[in-house]
Amino acid sequence: MDFRDSADEARFRDEVRAWFDVNLPDELRGHRGGSARFDGPEVRAWSRALYDGGWSGISWPAEYGGRGLSPRFQAIYLEEEARAEAPPHIGVIGLGMAGPTIIAHGSEAQKERYLQPLLAADEIWCQGFSEPGAGSDLAGVRTSARLDGDRFVLDGQKVWSSYAHIADYCILLTRSDPASERHAGLTYMIVDMHGPGVEVRPLTQITGEAEFNEIFFSSAEVPVENVLGEIGDGWGVAMTTLLHERGTLGFALVARLEVQVRKLVSLAADRGASPVQRDAIAREWISLQALRVTAYRSLAALERTGVPGPEGSILKLQWSEANQRVTKLALELLGADAQLLPPNAPYDGYWTLQQLRSRGNTIEAGTSEILRSIVAERVLGLPRSR
Amino acid sequence: MDLAFTPLQDELRAQARRFLESTPEPTWASLAELGWTGASVAEEHGGAGLSFLEEAVLHEEAGRALLHAPLWSTSCLLLFLPAEDQAKVASGEASWTVALGPLVPDLDTATSVAIVGGDTVWELAGFEREILATNDPSRPLGVVSGGEPGRELCSSDVLPALRTRSLAILALEAAAVGARALELSVEYVQSRMQFGRPIGSYQAVSHPLASSYTELELARSLAWWAAWCVAEDDPEAAIAAAAARAEAADAAVTACERAIQAHGGIGFTWEHVLHRLYKRALGIQSWEASSAQLRAEVASELLDTA
Repeated sequence: MDFRDSADEARFRDEVRAWFDVNLPDELRGHRGGSARFDGPEVRAWSRALYDGGWSGISWPAEYGGRGLSPRFQAIYLEEEARAEAPPHIGVIGLGMAGPTIIAHGSEAQKERYLQPLLAADEIWCQGFSEPGAGSDLAGVRTSARLDGDRFVLDGQKVWSSYAHIADYCILLTRSDPASERHAGLTYMIVDMHGPGVEVRPLTQITGEAEFNEIFFSSAEVPVENVLGEIGDGWGVAMTTLLHERGTLGFALVARLEVQVRKLVSLAADRGASPVQRDAIAREWISLQALRVTAYRSLAALERTGVPGPEGSILKLQWSEANQRVTKLALELLGADAQLLPPNAPYDGYWTLQQLRSRGNTIEAGTSEILRSIVAERVLGLPRSR
Repeated sequence: MDLAFTPLQDELRAQARRFLESTPEPTWASLAELGWTGASVAEEHGGAGLSFLEEAVLHEEAGRALLHAPLWSTSCLLLFLPAEDQAKVASGEASWTVALGPLVPDLDTATSVAIVGGDTVWELAGFEREILATNDPSRPLGVVSGGEPGRELCSSDVLPALRTRSLAILALEAAAVGARALELSVEYVQSRMQFGRPIGSYQAVSHPLASSYTELELARSLAWWAAWCVAEDDPEAAIAAAAARAEAADAAVTACERAIQAHGGIGFTWEHVLHRLYKRALGIQSWEASSAQLRAEVASELLDTA
């Protein structure tokens, strides 16, 4: 057991920091997660620079354009990216979900075609899983994919799809057998977002920004060779995607929380804090340290056994609630000033935006209710509730 | 950063688990025979020459088993004692407790008592002990009367480090106590049937247990961070130990309370072990400082030292 970086880790961390110091444009530093910076041309250019710098696909196999390093280096990168307050690579859906799924289930032709442009931020990906009638209960997917010769014809609607408004491709979960129910009869495919019959409508979020979208399919055509895995085996492929979504997320989340807590402490220093508020700030700092160590415990298990430790399943659950508490505490410290929007808002409206955005944290990528059920059933081994 | 346990630490845990399950009230001499009392004492003084991390494994197992022996109270002081006293602890001849306030823990089992006077920690000589009835009978409190400073043991400069060790050990114990209460709850709600289903299938029952798991794993992370800081004499040791004790004691108490609720009536009786786990958790939460006081120390470190 060692809480220090090894010599290799320290060298890698220094390398990342030095690169960010030189290459991260000032106007992108301290980004607010707002849509203007989320998908603008600067972020595309930044994402390309990350690729050229060798920071995309750190733990991907070298044969697919990655660096083939152990996940701990990916973790260190994510920590430093968050500490630098750099915007994430515009292809986060591709890097974190589509790419690993293609590596696990794709044909050689698919790997050849899609992986390199994904890493290079030349092509952007979105995810089409949730539907108006299939949220936490993903097996209720109804978007239909009707096989017609050498193509599928799509009809249906997806929702909560981040980046869909700028995406080139979508990883889509469909029902290809109309007589099927639940986990059977689903097919996972890659869909060209620029094709006919695909329409995207942005949804304005509680923050006033539009990160995510609805996608409508009306007789959109997808060639059969775009199926990932086998026809009818979409559920298994989708589970790979979700495993990666939850698996790679932990370190980035913890590091972003570290930045939030640091800002909270400096806010308290600026504005003053009552004894009760000081207690709350200490709680959040302690909770952050606990999350950081827990992420590394889970990583140690991943490297030893090939699967993340059970501790990993609590990271997103705990992070989301911590981020809500931290941002709420910041509003409390700001008082009525927090009600102001830019240009009058303190800190350019950072905390107000962050607090509103945080309400989505316990809903997106697995609601807290679903995550508690996962802990209860898969980690503790309790009987299923349904 | 590599947070995996070593094979030696895993083996030590397995041995400790087996021994404490088969021997619920072991003597100090039998713990010495296993090498536990002198685990972190240097080999030339008759110890095992291991680090605080190996000792930490033992403290977790001792907590889980609600060990009734002065392992924690001895361990706080052990490495500050003169070499010959360390050797006596390693051999099982001596054990210690420190009388920092009016209530002294483990006074029923510790052979020797240390007190602070001026800038020195002394061995207390010629005193009387009175053991008080205590909520947690596995760690009774007592009072000493009479007596005077006897032998000089070490400088009182060690007190902050002694407190840090104490808090770190209490955190390790607490996380393990809570984890045991959770384990018992998980077993119970799988077998207890009501309305024709195991009660663990109701989310009103299972989600609080999932919360206990979450809080206890986070607390255990902090406890091991604190243990590593102690082992390495890291500058963050004091704040890590304060954070760990606050979080772990609170998580353990809450986990025991949820466990009692999940067990229903039986969890509220002396028929079941839960009340003993709960009382230990409450005892830990009460010791040295309240969790709120410990968080005030953390807040002061964060907000007042700029």
